[in-house]
Amino acid sequence: MADQTLDAKGLNCPLPILRAKKALQTLAPGGTLEVLATDPGSVKDFQAFCRTTGNELVESSTEGNVYRFILRRAG
Amino acid sequence: MAVATDTARPASKSMSIIVTKGTLDWAYPPFILSTTAAAMGLDVTMFFTFYGLPLLLRNLDLHLSPLGNPAMKMPLAGMHMGMPNLASMIPGVDAAATTMMRNMMKKKGIASIQDLRALALESGVRMIACQMTMDLFEYTLKDMIEGPELGGAATYIEVATQSDINLFI
Repeated sequence: MADQTLDAKGLNCPLPILRAKKALQTLAPGGTLEVLATDPGSVKDFQAFCRTTGNELVESSTEGNVYRFILRRAG
Repeated sequence: MAVATDTARPASKSMSIIVTKGTLDWAYPPFILSTTAAAMGLDVTMFFTFYGLPLLLRNLDLHLSPLGNPAMKMPLAGMHMGMPNLASMIPGVDAAATTMMRNMMKKKGIASIQDLRALALESGVRMIACQMTMDLFEYTLKDMIEGPELGGAATYIEVATQSDINLFI
């Protein structure tokens, strides 16, 4: 289980990333954030976001039309 | 060396954007890119000039016009409909196109410009209002939201020389 879950379903670019960034800031370093999104663009965007920021993309999966990401805050 | 940032990267990158357009559609690219770059740890500066300047007004009143924009094709009943220039002359057509765009954006979960602008300020995006444009169109800082500072071409160029990415939108 992730430390926190962010429901970004129905939100379009760049809101899932912006909301995720905000949520990550509330976590302790090493804490994990689960993000649920329906924006297909978010798959590539979360990869790029994590590569650039040093946060870790622990998991990226799809269930139906919902994309699920687990991010670990850099620390 | 320990760097106490949440990005754990040694030096942050930076980006500047010259914002020159103030229609409902063209207001999006600069604010989407600035908020996202800030979220990715970049230092961002936006320079608002000419028709981009009104994007800093307290009361945003954004519109769009299909006039002279053959690429604007709205989804309609499973098709995509462009609008001949002549139609844009008819009173109410631009307003209808603006309403249609707003409704589409809301339905698709796209943030409002007001929200993106607030998020940009909140995440530390530096905003510079072009002094010359302020004089030209007779605006004062009192007309603007809290946050922007005044500056001119040299102010921007100094920022640009220190930025990794410089965009003109």
